[in-house]
Amino acid sequence: MIRLGVPSKGRLMEQTFDWFAARGVRLSRAGSEREYAGRVEGAANVALVLLSAGEIPRELQAGRIHLGVTGIDLIREKLAGWRSHVEELAPMGFGHADLILAVPACWSDCETLDDFAAIARDFRAEHGFRLRIATKYHRLVRAWLSAEEVADYQLVDSQGATEGTVANLTAEAIADITSSGETLRANHLKVIGEPVLQSQATLLRSVAAGDEGEVRDFAALLGI
Amino acid sequence: MSKREKQAIGQQILAAFRAAGAQEVAPDILLEAETLLDLYGEDIRARAYVTQDPIRGEMMLRPDFTVPVVQMHMANGAEPARYCYLGEVFRKQDHGETRPEHPRDNEYLQAGFELFARDPDADAEVFALFHDILAPLRLQATMGDMDLLMDAVRALPLSGARRAALLHHIWRPRRFARLLARFAAPAESREFPDNPAPWTGLRSADEMQARIDRLRSDVAEAPLSAQWVTRLERLFAISAPAPEALRQLRILSAEIPDIAEAVDRLERNLTALSARGIDVGAIRFDASHGRHTMEYYDGMTFSFAALGREDWPPVASGGRYDALAAVLGQARGRSIPAVGGIIRPGLVHELGGLS
Repeated sequence: MIRLGVPSKGRLMEQTFDWFAARGVRLSRAGSEREYAGRVEGAANVALVLLSAGEIPRELQAGRIHLGVTGIDLIREKLAGWRSHVEELAPMGFGHADLILAVPACWSDCETLDDFAAIARDFRAEHGFRLRIATKYHRLVRAWLSAEEVADYQLVDSQGATEGTVANLTAEAIADITSSGETLRANHLKVIGEPVLQSQATLLRSVAAGDEGEVRDFAALLGI
Repeated sequence: MSKREKQAIGQQILAAFRAAGAQEVAPDILLEAETLLDLYGEDIRARAYVTQDPIRGEMMLRPDFTVPVVQMHMANGAEPARYCYLGEVFRKQDHGETRPEHPRDNEYLQAGFELFARDPDADAEVFALFHDILAPLRLQATMGDMDLLMDAVRALPLSGARRAALLHHIWRPRRFARLLARFAAPAESREFPDNPAPWTGLRSADEMQARIDRLRSDVAEAPLSAQWVTRLERLFAISAPAPEALRQLRILSAEIPDIAEAVDRLERNLTALSARGIDVGAIRFDASHGRHTMEYYDGMTFSFAALGREDWPPVASGGRYDALAAVLGQARGRSIPAVGGIIRPGLVHELGGLS
């Protein structure tokens, strides 16, 4: 039996159901809206497991599900050495979101990452502490800034309302997922440089779960 | 490989450090994260284990001994002072996209020696000590000198702002190269459009204005001549057996007179090593060696690497860290030059031990 992990609520779940339906496999919740059990029609030996999108990386790593649908941003943030744990089978064309670095829009001297690096250095000299970037994507942002050789900054943890941290003076910049940029504009922030990561919902195969033959047969049925 | 065997090798190294006059110290394993973060920056979080204490706040499992030993010395040390230690350090291996087949140990022994002294012979004393202890292993010794590179950068005919930017980023090779290329090209004037967005955040409009003023006055600066860029590139690329490197540096110091003092110092160090019976022809001098190490070395740097084990970290490494010692001594109004290094007993054991 192949266990397929799918986000348990919201647009991500609906779009996942649509994606599978377009490929001849009908997924649905069994019973009421509140029940996290699922039904699969159009494929034999596949069980639907409804999970929080944030838990799907961990379940894939542990091999408790064979296949999972989640954003590639969560995979890369949560799984160190992610390519050793999961295989990307198909980008699904929805759930698009960019992980970006944003600074106050009023910083008219900050357009590129080089500007940002110079400003961080000045800020540290002026204020006696490193410029703070609020984020929940610690590993991705740190690895990216390290590769870009940006120093003189520190990450501060923000698990929500990250765009508000700059006005609240708990951070000078933010690194967060954005899809439209409206929240950024409303908080007087602007994006600088290229995105840290461009993410979308992705169908992934767990390496640890095994049963590769069966999983590939199911993937073939989906046209992958 | 048993922990006891590694411990035994560590004790052997420690005995050699004690015989060289060092007092053994035993710093804490739990260190205040703030000091380390401030010194090393955010990158240390990717390498060190951070934990939370309800009263003491954010703590780190000792990622190295240098900081606690310097703090201990600044609190109550006499001068000159020699310290040695043996104990575990803890390092995360936050690998990239694939998990390595043989991940390195997350906790391993370090045996170290730190010398606080104003004596100009300190570099040679520390290098020779490590060289002699490790002699049975036939390692490749490499030496560098960050101060030599910084003197060369300070000698560039540039504005203070441009020089400071280059010096600040000397440990970040690509950012440094980009800055140098920018300074070598005619400066482009840049527009800073008035922005309707309301001011937000802690960075003030004055701070922004100061930077804009700096960038505007930067436009008036003449580009750095290609000749200077070439000189710097030639210096950074020097990598040869120490006597040959010294010869090349002498030639270059005719063109960059400001490095003459650092070259003299290198020559004195090599003479002092020869006088201690060390074959300096077997030491490699790599001018850029210190650019790939931790940011805190600002003078001589050294490493001892096992031949044919390119995937290993150095068996031993160290250097001079006067600036770090000055920063940590500031609170107590003390400052003293410092040189030190560490050996990894685990790797020494894998190479068959010291005897």
